[in-house]
Amino acid sequence: MYEFKMPALGAEMTQGRLLEWKIKVGDKIKLHDIIAVIDTDKVAIEIESFGEGVVEKLITVPDEKVAVGTIMALIRETGEQSKKSTQIIQQAIPVKISPLAKKLASQLGIDITKIKGSGFDGAIVENDIKNSMVDKTALAKPAVEDHAGSMKKVIAAAMTKSKREIPHYYLSCEIDLNNALHWLEKYNSKHSTADRMLYSALLIKAVANAIKQYPGFNGFFVNNEFKSSAAINIGMAISLRGGGLIAPGILHVENMNLIDIMKNLLDLVIRARTGKLRSVELSDPTITITNLGELGVDSVFGIIYPPQVALVGFGKISPHKSIIVTLAADHRVTNGYLGGRFLSAINGFLQDPETL
Amino acid sequence: MSLVNTTAAEIRRTILVALHQIAPEVNLENLNTNVALREELELDSMDFLRFILLLEKAFIISIPEKDYLHLASLESCIEYLNSKISH
Repeated sequence: MYEFKMPALGAEMTQGRLLEWKIKVGDKIKLHDIIAVIDTDKVAIEIESFGEGVVEKLITVPDEKVAVGTIMALIRETGEQSKKSTQIIQQAIPVKISPLAKKLASQLGIDITKIKGSGFDGAIVENDIKNSMVDKTALAKPAVEDHAGSMKKVIAAAMTKSKREIPHYYLSCEIDLNNALHWLEKYNSKHSTADRMLYSALLIKAVANAIKQYPGFNGFFVNNEFKSSAAINIGMAISLRGGGLIAPGILHVENMNLIDIMKNLLDLVIRARTGKLRSVELSDPTITITNLGELGVDSVFGIIYPPQVALVGFGKISPHKSIIVTLAADHRVTNGYLGGRFLSAINGFLQDPETL
Repeated sequence: MSLVNTTAAEIRRTILVALHQIAPEVNLENLNTNVALREELELDSMDFLRFILLLEKAFIISIPEKDYLHLASLESCIEYLNSKISH
């Protein structure tokens, strides 16, 4: 039996709230199917299954908060016999509703279980939702609470832990971006808007290439030892509208070219700001990049997000087209010499954008 | 579909719809026409790229990078787009 448990989607996460199940008892699920949406106090995240089989039991109910590691559902893996049980199995009551009505109800925060449908076979249609607006008893509490306050606490806890446990060292280096920006201008002039690139894609690729030469900056420090990661999953610090910060990862950048990186970056930012991130994007980043250049910041000396061991920061592009790149790194794993070589490698790749 | 007879009001509305898709939490009804959009609405480069894509789709035009400076404010957007679809 595969036990689906509340995942830890960050070093500081101790509990999460189930917002909704995307499955019901009896459903067949495959590996990586999205099966639940969980509220982590920072953002709502779609959770994938890491097992396959048939949904046997849904234990946690929507809106329930449980500790990380709590068994939330049981999935009967292929080949197992179904257990006979006299227990009442928790499952969602299906409501007949049109896709448009469902979307409208979600936007307006309306509990569809309280609406009587006027459509075919009693289905709820758009007019039923609109008509219910005058009936205040139909309005339900919003499914997702305001995250701003709780997000600050979560970030505070993570950053405090980082500064307490990780002996940071900091380096900075000024990089001439003239070659890179000239290459980018030429590239974009030949491509439609949908295929244009932002300079961030070049920075990400340069960091990924540098990691291949210096893997000591890519991985996790866990149980007093460093575990290097073969995968290069670059966490991108993304500001959320209305405040808040999240750092989901572009996964497997080691296999991507610049076009892939740009497409994935744009998709990630959109999903981060609309609350549609996947759990692995939060749990699997192996290094983080933060770029505060658009805010006019010259350089940023960040705080490493544990259990990662490095964070690369980029500042604004100066009038003479240079940029300051910084490295915050864990002195238990690397040192200033290696850090300097790592920054130098990033610089080197950005001088020859054709090879990125 | 010809957009030549699209009025400035219709262009304005389309721009606001596009901005609303990117920054749905912002009240755009009283947006000052001369204010710098990116600063006022806190649009970063990703948001701006999406904005360009939405405008291109809505008006069936192509906007080169060198013209981005003409999209700084709501007023300059309307002027630029009006001139693009009139020709």
